[in-house]
Formats: sequence, structure tokens, C-alpha cells
Amino acid sequence: MSPRPGFVLDVDSSTPPTLFWRGERLSLERLPEGSRVVYPPEPLDPLEDPSSAIRHALLHPVGDREPLPALLSAGMRLTIAFDDISLPLPPMERPDVRQLVIEQVLDLAASAGVDDVELVCALALHRRMTEAELRHALGDRIYDAFAPNGLLTQHDAEDPSNLVHLGLTDRGEDVELNRRAAESDLLVYVNINLVAMDGGHKSVATGLASYRSLRHHHNPVTMRHSRSFMDQDRSELHSANWRMGRLIADAGVRVFQIETTLNTDTFPGAFHFLQKREWEWKAKDRLAYAAASAALDRTPARVARRIFHSVRAPHRMTSVQAGEVEAVHALTTEHVWRQQGVAVEGQTDILTMGLPYISPYNVNSVLNPILVACLGLGYFFNLYRGKPLVREGGVLIMTHPTPWEFHPVHHPSYIDFFEQVLSETTDPVEVADRFEEDFATDPWYIHLYRTGHAYHGVHPFYMWYWCAHALEHLGAVILVGGDTKAVHRLGFRAASTLTDALEMATDVVGPSPTLTHLHAPPLLLADVT
Amino acid sequence: MSRLRDALAGRRFFVTGATGFLGTALVERLLRAVPDSEVVLLIRPGRRATPGQRATREILRNDCFDRLRGELGASFDDEMARRVAAVAGDVGTDGLGLDDAALDALSRCDVVIHAAATVSFDAPLDAAVEVNLLGPSRVAAAFVAARALAEADGRAGPRHFLPVSTAYVASTHQGEAREELLDANPFIVDVDWRSEVTAARRQRGDTEAESRRPERLARFSKAARDELGAAGLHLLAERSERLREDWVKAQLVEVGQARAQSLGWPDAYPYTKALGERALVAEYGDTVPLTIIRPSIIESALAEPRPGWIRGFRMAEPIIISYARGLLREFPGVPEGVTDVIPVDLVVAAIVAVAGEALLTPADEYVGPSVYQVASGVRNPFRYGRLVELVSAWFLEHPLYDTDGQPIVVPEWSFPGRGRVQRQLARSSRAMGMAERLVGSLPIRGKQAQWMAALEEQHLLADRALGYVELYGAYTETDALYRVDRLLALWERMDADDRAVLCLDPAAIDWAVYVREIHLPSVVEHARVKTTPGKSTKTGRAERTRKAVLSPDRHLAAFDLENTLIASNVVDSYAWLASRHLAPGERVAFVADLVAEAPALLALDRRDRGDFLRSFYRRYEGAPADRLRDDAFELFHHLLLAKSFPAGMARVREHRALGHRTLLITGALDLVVEPLRPLFDDIVCARLGEADGRLTGRLEQLPPIGEARAIVLAEYAGAEGLHLEESMAYADSASDLPMLEAVGFPVAVNPEAKLAAIARRRGWLVETWHKAEGGANPLLPLGPVDHRGALDRGRTSPAALAGRARRLARGVTR
Repeated sequence: MSPRPGFVLDVDSSTPPTLFWRGERLSLERLPEGSRVVYPPEPLDPLEDPSSAIRHALLHPVGDREPLPALLSAGMRLTIAFDDISLPLPPMERPDVRQLVIEQVLDLAASAGVDDVELVCALALHRRMTEAELRHALGDRIYDAFAPNGLLTQHDAEDPSNLVHLGLTDRGEDVELNRRAAESDLLVYVNINLVAMDGGHKSVATGLASYRSLRHHHNPVTMRHSRSFMDQDRSELHSANWRMGRLIADAGVRVFQIETTLNTDTFPGAFHFLQKREWEWKAKDRLAYAAASAALDRTPARVARRIFHSVRAPHRMTSVQAGEVEAVHALTTEHVWRQQGVAVEGQTDILTMGLPYISPYNVNSVLNPILVACLGLGYFFNLYRGKPLVREGGVLIMTHPTPWEFHPVHHPSYIDFFEQVLSETTDPVEVADRFEEDFATDPWYIHLYRTGHAYHGVHPFYMWYWCAHALEHLGAVILVGGDTKAVHRLGFRAASTLTDALEMATDVVGPSPTLTHLHAPPLLLADVT
Repeated sequence: MSRLRDALAGRRFFVTGATGFLGTALVERLLRAVPDSEVVLLIRPGRRATPGQRATREILRNDCFDRLRGELGASFDDEMARRVAAVAGDVGTDGLGLDDAALDALSRCDVVIHAAATVSFDAPLDAAVEVNLLGPSRVAAAFVAARALAEADGRAGPRHFLPVSTAYVASTHQGEAREELLDANPFIVDVDWRSEVTAARRQRGDTEAESRRPERLARFSKAARDELGAAGLHLLAERSERLREDWVKAQLVEVGQARAQSLGWPDAYPYTKALGERALVAEYGDTVPLTIIRPSIIESALAEPRPGWIRGFRMAEPIIISYARGLLREFPGVPEGVTDVIPVDLVVAAIVAVAGEALLTPADEYVGPSVYQVASGVRNPFRYGRLVELVSAWFLEHPLYDTDGQPIVVPEWSFPGRGRVQRQLARSSRAMGMAERLVGSLPIRGKQAQWMAALEEQHLLADRALGYVELYGAYTETDALYRVDRLLALWERMDADDRAVLCLDPAAIDWAVYVREIHLPSVVEHARVKTTPGKSTKTGRAERTRKAVLSPDRHLAAFDLENTLIASNVVDSYAWLASRHLAPGERVAFVADLVAEAPALLALDRRDRGDFLRSFYRRYEGAPADRLRDDAFELFHHLLLAKSFPAGMARVREHRALGHRTLLITGALDLVVEPLRPLFDDIVCARLGEADGRLTGRLEQLPPIGEARAIVLAEYAGAEGLHLEESMAYADSASDLPMLEAVGFPVAVNPEAKLAAIARRRGWLVETWHKAEGGANPLLPLGPVDHRGALDRGRTSPAALAGRARRLARGVTR
């Protein structure tokens, strides 16, 4: 039986309660009759033989690129850049796609006699990965061969000696890149395309860039003009990256892009019910839900978090394509849409969503309040093409406990951002104008970013800019079950139950509103007409 | 016409005690109400201020002078400079310590008014004797000397002496006390004032000697240690000396009270005042024209310079405030008894009027020493019951608020006997003392420790309330009636103009108006208590202190590390570093050993931090320095940062942004704090010697702990041209006191109980900083398992280091 596409369910009296994520907890909520629930398509069947698919892609590139072996020669300088810990979500079971791809690239390089090879983690302003995380992504063999000799590095966007300024785009945007990558004879980029935003020119132009370069598109104005940033044709974020990518190509940096897509097989074994439709739950699923939710409710948040963060997703590869960036990415985007696309007719007054425990920026960490906002208003809100799921002036209701908790090692600047910036203003433009530069250039944050495992000082600002489009579009944001003080600090309204939240929402959108629930994860992309 | 003021106009007055409550009001009235008068003030030189500076700062800038300043406008300063002079001197020393110029100034005065006294009812006996008993005679002696000097010059010299005494010299016996010299009072026991002086002075010597006995000294040292912990030799010595002085003082207060009561006075104040009067009259009654002024309990002004003006926190105020706070539930007294209170401006008016009459009286008509009493009890009696009624009604209407913003309801007064009140207070004081000892023995810090400090404060207040009852109880139980016939006769003799300016008739007081509209509002205002609902003023105070700490004017912010910025310690760091490269089996053994010796380590740390660090750091002997340096970064990012207080880190950077120099002073090792270097301008820390790439385990210099920190801080500030009084120090423990006390703005961070109590008493800023919720919280400070496995473990491996650690550990625990 081939996987079924995503669809929109109309809630009636016979519809069972709907699953809502609440961070590390779960609940079943009965939605009002007449509500709609948008379900993602079922996981696509994976490639039967990923290894040969990879090999095939490397030998048969798309766009204006020769097969990889033809690009490799003895004495050349080869750099392999790869996506960081933010992809995929949750981290996948071993072996990671990056390991599979890079092993083959290295085999080809070895046969061609290339001995100047370096691996760079393209983490932009994200935190440096730990040894364990790198071993997970690359495998022990690669790690042990490269890391001890200093040939496996993590991009340092604050090391001037390792950056090179390639010029300005026609809009005057600085393009500053990792020096090793820019000065290599060939830059192979190994990507995992989890959502439509990833990949393309964004891989190199963002992943290997510096603050000087990123600030041109990571700002409130760009984000308000990216509608959505999952739809690259209507995303100013992507336009800027494409301008930069073309400048990088014109500057002579030869990029061999390898992009992969995964299916949405997100939760293993005991958690499998999380990606099934509620009315199809069998006794086993209901039991699993009852057991899991009861256990989680009785488990301290810290322990529940550890349990969830140890989940490794059974994601499998659905496509791999290599070659010239834009040609590759066009194919990739098609594959992403094939897995995640759901057609939805018309907008809604109220959009509800259950926020899970994980976002790209808290793998092995805490979903702090700023990340809660970013996950809901940045990521989930933007999972659309055409029009937002919720109408302008509508209400977004999210469920998440939103504790006042931060990871001191990963998110030190978030703590200060929450205390010092959001206490003054939540307006993204004002936030940017008044505070961004101080945080971005703070030597302490830079020190922690470079020597520890901290996100860059400016990163919480980006999280807030990610929300800019939604903040402008929405009439109100209500967080159900959140820490009231933290929710208010975010500028949102706090409700203790979904019923209360719906009641509060009618103050904004009027009586008898329409309601749509985004049933994710697994991820979906709503094609709203 | 104004007969008295005309007589006084253009005269010069010599005033002692001008910085006191009565003295300030007197000087103000002389300058405001007497045309062209001048005053010469006898003022004790302060430690940092000349008498002139004190006169300006403590007298002319007091709000008592607001009215005069308003009347004179821009010419105030010039006029005061012309009319007010200050000379150095002290009524506690023979000859007043006057130099020639001062004596000359005195010789050019017309009237000498002696208002200096030790008014506190619990002054040590010898101090009360020196000031209250001998003071008047000393001033009289100076009067005689000045007159001789003037006469030698062909001038008249001072003409009249007005010593201020107290109505209570007549003891508190029942019945009427007339305005007559004490020799005429049959109720006063005839004791020789000279032998009382000798006895008091000998008592001081004996008590001082007793306080220096080895057993006593040991007790003071122990008390100091209990209070401050391992605060360092110097501070402990200082504290123990303070305790000794306090003990001596307490002894002398007790002796004074006992002696006074044995002779029929309630305490040392009226006793010494009474003997002072007698000594004065006996010695100088024939040679110095004098009139004694005896006010009863002086309270806030009825009208001059403005209704309610008061200076200092006086006898009745603490009682009233304790009552309003609900602390003093009852105060002994008989409702029918008379509370003899007299507003300060009536006393001042009486002094001025008596001075005027004295100047009008020709020398040959002077008939010898006489007495004026300024009291309200006979002329306008104010019953104790009525007072209580007015006070509780007022506080029901204008309640004080507790720290939660709840109004405090004042208790019903049942006019109990003194014994019952004392028992009740002693009971609650004992209970609080027990709670305090119990909480104090718990290893707590932060909020709980502050709660402990609050408990201690309550205890202190309860103790003080008990003290009030013991001290002042006698006054509310007084049945004596102080007659004011001579005062009223004076009032009769005054013309209308003088009366308008110098109102001294107690009948002018409407007690209800006085209590409700004048005295209580003024008392409450001065007590700085909470009179509005809502959040505690404590946060307001903390906010103000924090603002002062974060002012751009400050110079240097010094930080302690352990438990101030990071909830970790040298043992954690060591355990993490030493276990970093151990195999899993070895890690378990290592942890077991370290846990086993924890109590021994803790005990050593408590005894002497320097010894502890020296011996603990030996464990690093032979460790490969470069490897540790690399590992230290991991230690920092994995363990220390996770245990850090983000608000503390933010504070360091806030100081830097304000342009303050930031300095980390810690006993931690240089290689451990290296990752913190970008946070601070400078770091002073412990450093181990290094030979052939390995650590020697020996410190290169004394670690900066305890007193060494204060010295390091002072040296650093000196070298950089920064001022410590404009600097901050952040620390968490009483052992950091030397550093905290060295700066102008100490900040206690999550203080442990002892420091919390000290910080509260001294009004230091207290910060409560938390670890970030959401960080990893490892039970044991162990490094992550080394994935490199056995690859590079060998001769150079720190396994050897851990082995050494285990052997050492066993050595210590045995």
C-alpha cells in the first residue's frame, strides 16, 4: 500500500480527540465541531539502496557540473562542508545521511589521489557541536581520521583570519565566507533538506558566512517580506541568499552541492502512535499513548526532556541529487513538497498548534521561551505556501509549558536577551535598532561562541526576527499551559486550557470563529489557496 | 514694647550642646528672635571635621533653620558667618579644652548656656559622670576664668550662667517637686559627689581590667568567630575588641543604673544631673551668677520654628514606633498618671526669657542661684491614659504597614504592671533567640539566609523594646508633680510683645492637637517606617543601592568566584580534571575516594582556607600542564558555565559597560579561570609552579584569600589610581569580609547566614542569583568519558595523577 497523502479532516461529533504536543508532554483535546485538522502525508517509501543512489547522484550530476570524479585530482584542495546539529529533527538513527554521503565523497577523493581534504561543519552562528554529536553525524571512522589531525573544523564566524570577503552583491550586501571553503579548488556541500527553507544557495551563503554577511538577510525587514520563507519564490530571505550564492559562484568558488531529502518517519517504536491519525489508533496505540502521557505527566521535566532528546528518528532517505546548486535544489524542493505538501482551501480565524520539545536550536538542550516563540511563530506559522493558514488579524493558539528555563552553556545570550531586551520591547524592529549591535559584538558572547558550545550573541535576535512576519500578521497569540510570567514577557497571552484560549480568542476574531489545527510533527507544508 | 528682647538684643551667647536637640532649637531661636544677637558655640572637633564645619553641617543645615533661611534669603550664609562662631572644646575634659582664643571668645560673651549632656538613659556610668555631673562645674570654671580675663582687659566679661538640668533630678517620689535647689529637697539622699566621681572612675578601671582577663578575652574571641566565621585574623581581632568594649559599656550602664536606683533615681541620667547641680552650687554658687533650667521630657516643637520639628530619635519615639509596629504590645503605666512632656520650643523660650531677665537684673540685686522648671504636669496635665488613647486612635487611622504591605493593627492597651510586660517581652525574645540559633546552625545561603537575618533583626527589636520598658517604665509610673510657679510668674511679668515671640506657658498646649497633628506625624516621618500599603520599601532600598552600585561614577568592581559567580569549588574542578581521562572503572574508584574524604576536606577548609588550598593543590603535582590547560576549557564550558549565575555574569559585563574596571579575585587556579579571562579586565588567582611541562603542586605565592584579598585589592586600586571607597566587591561568605569591608559598595551574593546578617545590619546590597534552570545538573563533577579511549594513555597520562590523588586521599582520611 503506497503512503497516503496529507489531508484536511473536518471535525464532527464522531471525531475522536486530537493529539496536542505540549513540549515534553502530550494531551488529547476535543476540538469544536466544524474545526479542521490538517494532517501530514504519511512517510514516503525510502530509497531501497541509498548507497547506490548516492553513488549515482555523484556520477550523474544535474545542471552545469561534471561528475564528481572528474572534478577531483591529485594535489587539489578539497573542502567538504556539511549541515550542523540543527538538522534533521530529531537527530536520525545511525548511520546519519551525512556519514553515508561523505564516506563516498572521500572514497572518490582517495581514488583520485586528493590528499588535501578538510571537513568543515557549516554552523554559521549556531553552537559548535560536541565530539559526541560530530561522531554521530559523521561516524567514528571519519571523525577519528580527521579530528585528531585538525582536519575536521567547525566554521568560526568570528575568526577574521579564517574569513574572506568576496565582495558586495548588486544590493550592496557583503559576502564574507569561510576562507578554507572559499579558497579550495572544490567545495562539496553535504546537505540534509528537512524543510523547504533549507538548502540551495542558503547552504553555503549562510552556513559558512559571518555576522557581517548574515545581517543583510537575517533582519526584521527581510523576514516580513518572506511570505513564507518556506516558499523560496516569495521569500526575500532566499532572494538575498540567491544573490549571494551567485556572487560566490562568480567569485570563482566551485560548489558541488549534494542535497538529500528524508521521509517523515519521525518517531520510533513506542512513540510511533505520534505520527498516526487518531481515529486509526489501534488498542496498542491507545495503550502507548495512555502509558506515555501518564508516565510523562509524572516524570520531572528534566527527565522527560532527557527521554525525548534521546529519541533518534528512523528517517530514511527519499532522494539524493548532486551538481550545480540551483538545479539540485529545484529537484530537492520537489521531493520535499512531495513528502510534506497538503492542499488546504481557505484561511481560518484561529490556528491551533501543539509545540513539541524540539526545534532546530535546542537539540540536546532546552526549548527556552524565545525558542518556543520561534518554533510557533517562526517555523510552524510559516509552513505554508500561498497564504498563511490563519487570516490576517486572526489568532494563533499554541500549547507548550514554556518554562522560564535556559541552557546556560548553549544559550547564554538568550538569557540576557530575555531579561534585558524583551523586558523593554517585543517589537522586532525596535529590538534590532536598539539592541542587536551590542549583543552581536559583545566579546564575552563571542568568546563563548568560539571556545564553547554557545550560540552567537546575536542568535536570539534572529529567533525573534523569525517571528516578525507572524507578529505583524496575527491579531493575538495565546499560549496554553505556559509559565504566565514567561508568556507575558514574550508579549503573548496566557491561558490554562484550550477551552479558555478559544474563549479569549473570540474577543479578537468575534463569535463562532473558524478553527484549523496544524497536526505536526511530523512536518507538513500547507498549500493554502 | 518687648522688654526682654530689648535687653538681649546685640548680646553674645556662649552655648554648649548646640548640636543636640535642645541646643539646635536654642541657637536657632537666639538668631531668629533676638535682633543682632551672636552666638559662640562650643563644639567637639570631629574626626574629620573642624568645629566650624560641624556647626555648618550639623546645626545650620538642619531643617530647624529652614524658616530662618527663608526669612533671610540670599543673605543667610553671610549673616550666619557674621553671627555664629564655633570654638573647639569638650565639656568632658577639665577646662573644657579651650585654647586662648576660645577663652577670649568666651570672655566676650554675655550669657553662658550649658545645654550639653549625655541624655541617653543608658549611658555608661563614667561617661554620665564626666559630662552630666562634672560638666556644669567645668563650664562654670571656664566662666570664672573668662571673667578674670575680661576684667584684666577692663571688660565686664560673662554675666550670667544658665545650666540646663532636668526636672527628674527631684527623683520620682510622689508629691510635688518645687523650683528650689536640691539642698532644700528633703527627699534627696545626701551623698558626696566627689566620692561618686572617684567611684565611677575606679569602676571604669576595674571593668576594663576585668574585661582583659584571659577567660573573658577568650570568650570575646569565640563570639567574634561564631559571628564572622573564618574572616581572617585582623577582622576577628577587630570584632573581638568591639565586643570587649561593648561588654565594658554594658557593665558600666548596669552599674550606673544600680547605683542610681539605690539612691532613689530611676537611672544614671537624673542621678548624675542631680549631683551635677549640687556640685555646681556647692563650688560656684557664690561666685557665678546662675539660674538652673529644669525641663521635663522634651518632645517635638509646638510651633517654633515649625510645628513638629524634632531632631534625633529620642526617648518616646522608639517606644511609639515599637508600639505602632505591633512589637511592643503593652507598655507599663497607670492611666491616671501624668506624662510630663514639654515641647522643645517652650523650653527654648523659657531659657531665652530667663536670660533676658538675668541681664535686666543689676548685679547687686542678684540673690543667688535659683531654679526654673519647665514642665506641663501641674499647669496642663496630660494623663497617661489619654496619651495612649490618642496614640492608638491615631495609628488605627494611620497604620504602619508590614513588608507585605498589610496594615499593622495596634494592640489594645491594658495598662499592665511593669513586671508582666517584662516577662512577656523576655519570653518572645528568648523564643526568637532559640529559633535564631537553630537556623544559624543550618548550612543555608541565599533567601533562607536572609530570612535568618530578618529573624535576627526582629530579635534585636524585641530586645530593644524590652530595654525601653526597663529604662523608661519608671518615668510613666512617676507620680511626681513638677511645679512651675516661678515660670508662670516670669510669664506674668512678660509684656505682650515678648509673650508673642517667647511663648513658654504650658497652658498653650492642646494635647489632642499636639499628639495627633504635630507630634505623631513628625515621629512617623522621622522613623522612616512604611506608611503606605504595597510592596516593601526594602525593595526600594535595594533598588537605590543597586543604582548607586551601577553609577558611572564608580571605579572598580571586584568579584569573588566560587558561589558568587559560579556554584562550584576547587574540589569540583579538580575532580572533573582528574577524572577527564580515566577509564570508567577507575572513575568509580576515584569518586568513591573523593566522596569518602569530603568531610575531612570540608573541616580543613573551614579551619583555614589557605592551608586547605595549599594542601589540596598538592594533588596537581606531576600533572601535564598543557593537557590540563586544554581540559580546563572543556571544564569551563561543560561544568562551570552550567553552574554559573547568568545574572552574575551579566553584572560583570554591566560594570564593564559602565566603564568600571572589573577584577576577579579568587583562590582558584590560573588554568581553571583562564576561560573567564575575557569577562574581566584583570584576574588575580592562585598559580602553581611548573617544571618540565608538569605542575609542581606548589603555589608560587600566597593565594588571594581572606585578608590577602583586601591587600591585593588595595594594591591593585593603588597601582591603577582607583579609589576603593568608589568601588564594589561581590562575595558570598563571611570569610570574604576583609575584601567587602575594604570597598565603599560591598555586595553580598547569595550570602550564607553570617554574611546575610552582617549585610542586613549594615544595609549592604544583597543579590540573589540563581543558576539557569535548564542546564545540565550532574550529580558528580566528572568529565565526559574520553572517546579517544586508550589511544594516548600512557606514561604521560593523568591516570598517574588520579592514582596519586587516591593515595593522597587515603593519606588525608587516615
